[in-house]
Amino acid sequence: MWEALQYDFMRNALLAGLLVSISCGIIGSLVVVNRIVFMSGGIAHAAFGGVGLGFFCGFSPFLGAAIFASGVSLIMGVVSLKSKHRADTIIGVLWAIGMAVGIILIDLTPGYHVDLMSYLFGSILAVPATDLWLMLPLDGFILLVVLLFYKEFVALSYDEQFAFVVGVPVKTLYLLLLGMTALSIVMIIRVVGLILVIALLTIPPFIAEKYTRSLGQMMVLSSILSICFTLSGLWLSYAFDLTSGATIILVAGVGFFISLVLDFLKRKRTSPGVKL
Amino acid sequence: MNGVWFSYDKTSILEDISFTLKQGDFLGMIGPNGGGKTTLLKLLLGILKPDRGHIRVLGEAPHRARRRVGYVPQNTDLNNTFPVSVMDVTSMGRLARSRMGKGFSSQDRPVVEEALHKVGMWDRRNTPIGKLSGGQRQRVLIARALVTEPEMLFLDEPTAKVDPEFENNIYDFLKELNRQATIMTITHDVGVISRYVKSVACVNRTLIYHEEPRITHEMLDMAYECPVDLVAHGIPHRVLPHHENH
Repeated sequence: MWEALQYDFMRNALLAGLLVSISCGIIGSLVVVNRIVFMSGGIAHAAFGGVGLGFFCGFSPFLGAAIFASGVSLIMGVVSLKSKHRADTIIGVLWAIGMAVGIILIDLTPGYHVDLMSYLFGSILAVPATDLWLMLPLDGFILLVVLLFYKEFVALSYDEQFAFVVGVPVKTLYLLLLGMTALSIVMIIRVVGLILVIALLTIPPFIAEKYTRSLGQMMVLSSILSICFTLSGLWLSYAFDLTSGATIILVAGVGFFISLVLDFLKRKRTSPGVKL
Repeated sequence: MNGVWFSYDKTSILEDISFTLKQGDFLGMIGPNGGGKTTLLKLLLGILKPDRGHIRVLGEAPHRARRRVGYVPQNTDLNNTFPVSVMDVTSMGRLARSRMGKGFSSQDRPVVEEALHKVGMWDRRNTPIGKLSGGQRQRVLIARALVTEPEMLFLDEPTAKVDPEFENNIYDFLKELNRQATIMTITHDVGVISRYVKSVACVNRTLIYHEEPRITHEMLDMAYECPVDLVAHGIPHRVLPHHENH
């Protein structure tokens, strides 16, 4: 596998995997404990509208995706704050409309046949160096915000109403979290595609939650797990010539089931068998 | 609180609620389940906004008074897989006294330590919150409210799931805290009302307020299903007023 590293695209893919995994672990943990997994799925799919917009107007599809994802996350955030009981419907609607807009805009783009697969299932092997220079400051930004407001994020995630009572600006932080989620999602789309975003965002935190004692530890372990899944998936896809995004997700899926089995065995050992 | 109405999805929960609590009061709030007690508390905390009417807490709009009040929510099993220790949960109360963008200060730690000693949970400070029993978790939630050093404390059934021995402890130190803070607690326990509180309110869509620790016939008429355990405490306390023709 080492000979693969002489290729620029492989080195870029490795670095992209690392950078994406860091924000994925941090934001994924917050997404899981705040139960906004469905909303994240909505943001990821609606971002496709931005991809279409990018092609149609002739700028970078990922810039379009970032604009769309941020806009949609803001709308979803405000709606879920205003009318909690209908938020899931609105998310579902925006999810579908975003995708439809993307397809129509690509239809309308003259004389250009777009490789949709790379947006739906990722294209980590095609990450140019310029994208890495966008991912790095984004990671830095997310890390900085979460470090600065760590105790507020913990309080918000554990008990939103109590956080409100002790004066935490819960709405602002919630919208900030959604904005950061949107930007991370656009990065993750690069690696595994918009259909598979949810898996990479949620599987590492799901496993990490069981082995950690604080949100910070959960974020660190999630990032490490995410790096393991991404890099081993990348290697497998190279060795067996498979689609990289799907391979990464399958590796994460295997990790997910192993953790469930370990869970089951642990519970069986600690609780003495029930007598019938 | 003056002429406050609140409804949820067009179902009226509270109608025309008016009452004023004196500073230093200790109010016990009773009423049937679903009668609007928790809603009333959340209105006072600013978590919910009334459809109509005015609410003032410590002379301010509820959302402005936030940092000055303490809150012990109903002890539910929500979020018990969340990886957070007893110590960290208790520290959340200190957010009311700290600034954003900074860690907790060195003054926070002794306050948290004292509160955890008070509720007897200092030895479990590193335990994940999800590993505690319902009663132990309740103690932590009380400690968390205490460290906010509130001028007014709101409690939603603070003794639910707690063992009877600790139940008296809770009310003993609430009584002590009452010297500095106004307290408003939801309870199902008439024994508590007779021994600790200074005034009583019964909530069942409307509210009846009584400036003495007595449950009036009026209250029982309004909400005769008030789940108060009249027999539970064995000690003969007079909670209901004497009947006139006795």
